[in-house]
Amino acid sequence: MTAASLTHADVRTRWRWKWLLLRRASQLVILALFLLGPWAGIWIVKGNLSSSLTLGVLPLTDPFLLLQVLASGHLPEATALVGVGIIVAFYLLVGGRVFCGWVCPVNLVTDGAAWLREKLGLRARARPPRATRYWLLATLLVASAVTGMAVWEWVNPVSMLHRGLIFGFGFAWLVLLAVFLFDLLVTSRGWCSHVCPMGATYSLLGAASLLRVRADRRADCDDCMECFRVCPEPQVIQPVLKGSEQGIGPVITGINCTNCGRCIDVCDQDVFRFGTRFHNTMEAS
Amino acid sequence: MTACGAALLGGFVTLYARGASALPAQALRPPGALDEDAFLGACVRCGLCVRDCPYDTLDLARLGEPVATGTPYFVARQVPCEMCEDIPCVKACPTGALDPELTDIDDARMGVAVLIDQQTCLNFLGLRCDVCYRVCPLIDEAISLELDHNKRTGKHTRFLPTVDADACTGCGKCEAACVLEVAAIKVLPTALAKGQLGSHYRLGWEEQEKAGESLIKGIIDLPDRMPNGGGVR
Repeated sequence: MTAASLTHADVRTRWRWKWLLLRRASQLVILALFLLGPWAGIWIVKGNLSSSLTLGVLPLTDPFLLLQVLASGHLPEATALVGVGIIVAFYLLVGGRVFCGWVCPVNLVTDGAAWLREKLGLRARARPPRATRYWLLATLLVASAVTGMAVWEWVNPVSMLHRGLIFGFGFAWLVLLAVFLFDLLVTSRGWCSHVCPMGATYSLLGAASLLRVRADRRADCDDCMECFRVCPEPQVIQPVLKGSEQGIGPVITGINCTNCGRCIDVCDQDVFRFGTRFHNTMEAS
Repeated sequence: MTACGAALLGGFVTLYARGASALPAQALRPPGALDEDAFLGACVRCGLCVRDCPYDTLDLARLGEPVATGTPYFVARQVPCEMCEDIPCVKACPTGALDPELTDIDDARMGVAVLIDQQTCLNFLGLRCDVCYRVCPLIDEAISLELDHNKRTGKHTRFLPTVDADACTGCGKCEAACVLEVAAIKVLPTALAKGQLGSHYRLGWEEQEKAGESLIKGIIDLPDRMPNGGGVR
């Protein structure tokens, strides 16, 4: 077969890793920036995902951490408030759960579990509702208010993994192993898509974000189900992909879409693309 | 159903957090740390204080260590606080878990040094070790040497290291420097180390000074009897 005779679909089948690889690069580069200091003495970023300082000027603070601190009854100093403001502004634009897909190190663990789960052909044993995370979020803020402590930080696998890599694990790897096994053996995409209250906070932030995956060419969908197979939150795709008859526009507006772009990668029909939330009309598709 | 499950999970986490938040006496918080209860609400465990400590005194607790996981602490006997004048750890804290009101390091109260074992302290044994006294950043204020008669020899003086809890910052340099196998002087959490007077107690000599005169008027001065039949003065 010569290059000229390759059809468009062939090319798609050969190279379907663009967004996945970009996403891995983003996760690893961000992790590397944090690790350059302690490992190589190059201090570009200090701290960890809970709160950090970049180049001595840019403070960043995690919104869920700050919510716990506020709930516990402590009004933080300006640095943390500015830091959380910058984070909120950024994720309001690009989509809250971009954090989950493009930054959070636990995604590497849970994506690994999802990959292995599929290789081994394991079936889901429990299907906790996806709303669990919001109830947990609310419970934890109440618990922080009652106890005066940031309670989730005693078990939070996200901060534990990141802090562990930078400051030393102790037994924190056990918590990550538990998350991996939970995702592998108990619930498909269990942690990130059902339980994590940090991701839940980010999802609320992204409710009105500009950057969205759009199913502009959904008319071309040939029901191969690849996007549902790879999507960590397939409930956000379903109403849009099949929504033209119900008058639903082509923009994936579900707040739990992580903008991972994997559906764009795997679709042989080029149904999906990144775009904005505007022009969410029937004519756009 | 979901709400109950989430509440249950949250409840377990809270119980665990409460159980795992007791601070052992050897673990000291950085300068300016809020009271332990408030600190555990305010600290986001980012480690910026650890990074800006020029002496690698501070560390973040790892899971399995007996300190709330991820929170900063130091063990005086290993690496004490060097009491930097510009207090970089407090400046680095983004949330104020280390209180930015602390601008003079001498006002820090990380704990209180206590000469806890008089049976092994070399100065109490009558020697002139003096190391804790010499290394104290607030020498003659936080630790002074009080003179005392050496009853064992009958003719020497003991120089007893004595801590003034009002001046001690709890930096732990004395504990780190103690020459014994196990330090005779240790920094303890203030709540462990300090007693407290009853709130209704008044110290007569202080009240007298404040009032400029004795608070009890017309006190009858009884005659003092001199010893050895020396009569009445």
